[in-house]
Amino acid sequence: MKKAKEKYSLGSTLLTVFFAALSLVWVVPIFEVVNNSFKSNNYVNLDPFALPNAESFMGFDNYIKGMTFGNYPFLKSAWYSLFITVASVALILLLCSMSAWYIARVKSLGSKVFYYLCLFSMIVPFQMVMFTLSFTADKLNLNTPYSIPIVYLGFGAGLSIFMFLGFIRDLPIDIEEAAAIDGCGPVRTFFLVVLPMLKPTLISVGILQTMWVWNDYLLPYLVLDRTQYMTIPIHVQYLKGSYGTVDLGATMAIIMLSIIPIIIVYLFCQKHIIKGVAAGAVKG
Amino acid sequence: MKRTQPKGTLVSRPIRKFSWLFLLPTFLAFCIGFVWPFMQGIYLSFCNFNTPKDATWMGISNYVKVFNDAGFRNAFKNTALFAVVSIVIINLAAFFIAYALTQKMRGSNIFRTVFFMPNLIGGVVLGYIWSMIFDGILAKYNTYLTANATYGFWGLVILVAWQQIGYMMIIYVAGFQSVPEDMLEAAVIDGANRWQTLFQVIVPNMMGSIAVCTFLTLTNSFKMFDQNMALTGGAPSVMANGAKINMTELLALNIYSTYNINKNYHGVAQAKAVIFFILVAVLALIQQYVTRKED
Repeated sequence: MKKAKEKYSLGSTLLTVFFAALSLVWVVPIFEVVNNSFKSNNYVNLDPFALPNAESFMGFDNYIKGMTFGNYPFLKSAWYSLFITVASVALILLLCSMSAWYIARVKSLGSKVFYYLCLFSMIVPFQMVMFTLSFTADKLNLNTPYSIPIVYLGFGAGLSIFMFLGFIRDLPIDIEEAAAIDGCGPVRTFFLVVLPMLKPTLISVGILQTMWVWNDYLLPYLVLDRTQYMTIPIHVQYLKGSYGTVDLGATMAIIMLSIIPIIIVYLFCQKHIIKGVAAGAVKG
Repeated sequence: MKRTQPKGTLVSRPIRKFSWLFLLPTFLAFCIGFVWPFMQGIYLSFCNFNTPKDATWMGISNYVKVFNDAGFRNAFKNTALFAVVSIVIINLAAFFIAYALTQKMRGSNIFRTVFFMPNLIGGVVLGYIWSMIFDGILAKYNTYLTANATYGFWGLVILVAWQQIGYMMIIYVAGFQSVPEDMLEAAVIDGANRWQTLFQVIVPNMMGSIAVCTFLTLTNSFKMFDQNMALTGGAPSVMANGAKINMTELLALNIYSTYNINKNYHGVAQAKAVIFFILVAVLALIQQYVTRKED
């Protein structure tokens, strides 16, 4: 380990300065969204980089306007996005960890077939199934925000089961045997013994799937009944689709509203998020 | 596979009775969300259809149409070029940023946080933000993003690099941190300078991370959709022999826009999707082969 009071060299200070400048490239685009969300429509068009002045400054008017405009309340989209993400990820975490444990512990034809199908599904791009998936979902009434989590479970199962399996296979079976000897049935063994040990993988899978579902555009766009339900990405694309006819300032306010919660969550759990990404990459 | 054999039937036998609980729900959802749409997708790629009910068998005529489709060829060319350019830019940048950030340096955690941030924002929103920025810059030269296919292409490269450099950086940082400390010390004792250490000690130890990131950027580029749609939507387009070619379209967007031309193109779009699947699958299998070899 390095000594605590070691001094930073000149080179390292220069590197910090360089990276501080480089960081601006990452910060400025987000800053421009904030900037324009406070300006009135004409001024966004005129020069998006100009700071608000007395004439162009709108205060929070864009935010108030943005909540209802485009004939669809933003809060409704936000609620559907939130519900779909939470329900889908909860389903995926619970049911895929259960399946992965079954596959790891039971060597039957069924579990082998399922395992190879999961591996196979990981190399299939969404475009291959998207049209047919939307037909199937329509037919089975999976086209509402309350039932679409089943579609997410189905399409996300491959990667999740694969990641859980990688971890479960390294777990010593002795602990579960001890539980069995002590009279635990499979259900209790899983929930009281196995699941707590899976915590690191639950976090990794949870983070990867949350990032996927929350930001996903195409699946809900094709599957949901669009006349009734929108999610945040669909809402944003819908506004962009009517480019020129919509209020750009208010659109920027909506984008801001959709980014703020993510950034807050990120700042609080960035350690887990970064670890989850690194773990997912190594295994996936 | 042998090592995964459980030694205890004590655990496995009772679970078998609970397959309806542990396996069945996920398996049913998996069939709905993947297996059935996949099989139906293969079947419909040989059909003319509006919905699966009115599908009529067409043989390979959809595939013949795909190979004569100038828009698809253009999208393929775009995708290949886009993949090569973004693999090089993203990996070089991410590698050296990760290298610098694992040195002793003030603020390195803050920089990591900042560079990774775009990955939390959806591609559609990012596309919207960057189209505003590019249009704002190009307006100063009296032009706009979708005026010229070159702007659109490089705009997408910038957007995606901006987003994914942070993601790959995280993986490279983990790679740098797993280089054995004693090897680095031995290099210092042997009098290796910084570059010698980097290329002769660190890089050989990081071939795993490099392979993972290269293939991740490759498959990401091939599957790129949201950013492409939100940034240019394929514009501008030209007419060639009576067919419309969207100049900045990548493969995934081309499949989608083909489907939306009209119902006579549904089968063609599905055939494109099958070809696209084969392409992506082959890339993934090569990846498996290469990374296995690395191990």
